[in-house]
Amino acid sequence: MDFGITAVGAYAPRLRLSRAAIAAAHRWMAPALASSAKGERAFCSWDEDAITMAVEAARDCVPPEGRAGVSSLILASTTLPYADMSNASVVAGALDLREGARTAEATGSQRAATSALAQAIEARAEGALLVASERPTARPASAQEMQQGAGAAALRLGTGELIAKALGAASVNAAFADHVRAAGATADYAWEERWIRDEGYAKIVPRAISAALAEAGIPAGELAHFVMPSPIRGAAASVARTVGFRGEVADDLVAGCGLTGAAHPFLMLAKVLETAEAGEKILLVGFGQGADAIVLEATGRRPAGRGVTGALADRVPTEDYLRMLSFYGRIELEWGMRAEAADKAALTAAWREAGQLSAFKAGRCPDCGTIQFPQLAYCVTPGCGAHAERFEQVSLADAPAKVLTYTADWLSYHPAPPLVVGFVQFENGARLLMETVDADPAAVDVGLPLRMVFRLKKIDARSGFRRYFWKATPDGVAATG
Amino acid sequence: MATGIKDKVAIIGMGCSRFGERWDASEEDLLAEAFDEALADAGIERAQIEAAWFGSGVDGVNVGNSAIPASTALRLDGIPVSRVENMCATGTEALRGAAYAVASGAVDIALAVGAEKLKDTGYGGLPTPFKGAFNDLWLPLGSAPAGFAQLAAGYRTKHQVSKQDLKRAIGHVSWKSHQNGVLSPKAHLRKEVSMDAILNAPMIAEPLGLYDCCGVSDGAAAAIVTTPEIARSLGHRDFVTIKAIQLSISSGVESTTDAWDGSHVRNTRNAAKRAYAEAGIDDPRKQLSLMEVHDCFSITELVTMEDLFVSGEGEAVRDVLDGFYDREGGGVPCQVDGGLKCFGHPIGASGLRMAYESYTQLLGRAGARQIPNASLGLSHNLGGVPYLGIAAISILGLHS
Repeated sequence: MDFGITAVGAYAPRLRLSRAAIAAAHRWMAPALASSAKGERAFCSWDEDAITMAVEAARDCVPPEGRAGVSSLILASTTLPYADMSNASVVAGALDLREGARTAEATGSQRAATSALAQAIEARAEGALLVASERPTARPASAQEMQQGAGAAALRLGTGELIAKALGAASVNAAFADHVRAAGATADYAWEERWIRDEGYAKIVPRAISAALAEAGIPAGELAHFVMPSPIRGAAASVARTVGFRGEVADDLVAGCGLTGAAHPFLMLAKVLETAEAGEKILLVGFGQGADAIVLEATGRRPAGRGVTGALADRVPTEDYLRMLSFYGRIELEWGMRAEAADKAALTAAWREAGQLSAFKAGRCPDCGTIQFPQLAYCVTPGCGAHAERFEQVSLADAPAKVLTYTADWLSYHPAPPLVVGFVQFENGARLLMETVDADPAAVDVGLPLRMVFRLKKIDARSGFRRYFWKATPDGVAATG
Repeated sequence: MATGIKDKVAIIGMGCSRFGERWDASEEDLLAEAFDEALADAGIERAQIEAAWFGSGVDGVNVGNSAIPASTALRLDGIPVSRVENMCATGTEALRGAAYAVASGAVDIALAVGAEKLKDTGYGGLPTPFKGAFNDLWLPLGSAPAGFAQLAAGYRTKHQVSKQDLKRAIGHVSWKSHQNGVLSPKAHLRKEVSMDAILNAPMIAEPLGLYDCCGVSDGAAAAIVTTPEIARSLGHRDFVTIKAIQLSISSGVESTTDAWDGSHVRNTRNAAKRAYAEAGIDDPRKQLSLMEVHDCFSITELVTMEDLFVSGEGEAVRDVLDGFYDREGGGVPCQVDGGLKCFGHPIGASGLRMAYESYTQLLGRAGARQIPNASLGLSHNLGGVPYLGIAAISILGLHS
């Protein structure tokens, strides 16, 4: 039976910074940046990281009713927030995957995701969910800062109704240090591009491609799509020519999103799968201390979610370069004494209430039917008071909701002021006080439709522990602010 | 069948420190300032006090937890002293403890004292409270004004009031309190403010601007209570008795179910109904001489006028703009001493400060801001936020 990609999802942060704004800020010391000041780059809000973006891409890929069928979750990234504390388990919790689903990280290289995909294909891992997510960082005024973006993409693998059939995969390894980023570092140290192009891409990648094509049993001339991210302009086209490819080199998504590191092969592939015709062959390449090459054949079935196109259309454009620097910790703004509040979280409480906190589970009272969050010991309805052990668990993560009350709070410490906060009323009757993100306060009013997103609530500066919880955001394409 | 505490407890002495940015005074000093005045007013000695309730609201500043700092500050030696804390409703909670002790017959004379030293924080506004291990993992941050500002969205929507009209009405609420604050010697803010300044002030939490928010102050207030019989035996002829003290606290209905529309404060309505029943009031709009309500923010005072059943539902905007709550507006004067807005809001003291104004007015001691023939004064003291909070109402009147 054919094995391949059964579902695809994507996510990019809504915040988009025009590259002209970056170049303008650095004009005094790096005027050459003006030559690449085209389009815009996605960047993470203060409360987004590789984990939260992975959750959103996975939600776009696998709807709640499909989660029970996920057998394993691989989270691929080189910018995971935790070095030791399973990042993938946080994603699995937010997705409410079954307890038996295996979780693991793939990391350490720009081809972490493609290597994981090659392995999963080789293992014919039915129900595997591969999520690649990256929040790249670079020094201000670097070429990387201009080129990078942020985002995530997810692929579910298996048999059955395929979006793309896997035909073959091959890898080569090579400790080719085109760039290095030591553990904990926030910027790459990269060698000369011309050397990387000539000795790296031109020599290493074709070896992986040849092996993959041989396994797939097709010549390069039959490929319709060539998907290979590279920070080096023209590298993909050059390799494609070298191997005899005559089709279309895939859009590198730099113009509207920016490069997303280890997530980029999946993100570019997700975009191609939105339009690839049945029978078209696709070559996916990941490069980084060697290369992976994977040959796929599109079936013409389309991904069900909003995909790359939908994610990129949902944007909040900004010219505020300093906003990005602040969110990425590159500048220290004066936040005042209100920012001094203690941020130590009780890890015990976080575990006790893991169901409510990560999967956003409300409880439905079997006696009076009230759906309630938070779930305390007794039902909230006056005169009911049923014990919570009997509650049916209902996730609010995908429940339709609207604004009941709101305000824009300029007084509280908030990394992206003002804090838009108010009551969210779910159609099913549940309600709670929530933060609303990615919203222009002037566009928020009573009755505005909302959807839920998984975000960071706070980072404990001392322990590094991250509190994640759900926040509300205007449904549909963002109101720009 | 419980009969309530109407006329079972007399207030024979009250004291209130000067409120404001008291850089000169520690919380102990503030406590002493209020206590000295209350003792002198009551005409008793410290040793006659048999039990005390001390209220302070904010841990992290002030004098620390427990009642020990208060008993030490006031040298209350060897008697029971309890610390109570119910957020901004702490002051009324302290009065309730002392009143119940007297009404029960447990003691003859009890002290209620509340204080807050907020200006040791280094910034304006209130410190962020710890909300509990679980709540801190999901509840959004959010300042006090953010909690109350949401009432504006709810009220506007329910009563179809435009943003501009509501802003103007809540602006008048603050304008009126500034007018009153001028006549209030112990008040924190004693300056008139123009409507223009109020409407164009920097935004704190939409739609609340700077002048829609109350003062953050240091201060203390105290009450000495006993039975009417003992009051008389101590030589008090005209004195004030407690007609009612009622509290209502959220159980999660507003914040967790769809049974609340966001336009009002449910706890105030619950507590008001019970307080009026306890005090024997059936028409508050006609019977009340004055009100000191919890105007932490202008919008709170506006909706409180309806929640106390003084304005009809949806009619507070009109009443406010008509001047019904102004000092000389011909209605029920509200915030005669300037309210939280201008007298100031040292958390633990505020409920007692409200009672102090009623007490002062009822005894005809209010000087330039005296309400003629005041016979019944209501204090309304909120804690927490509109949807997860505390309403404490006390009603004082002249003893007949």
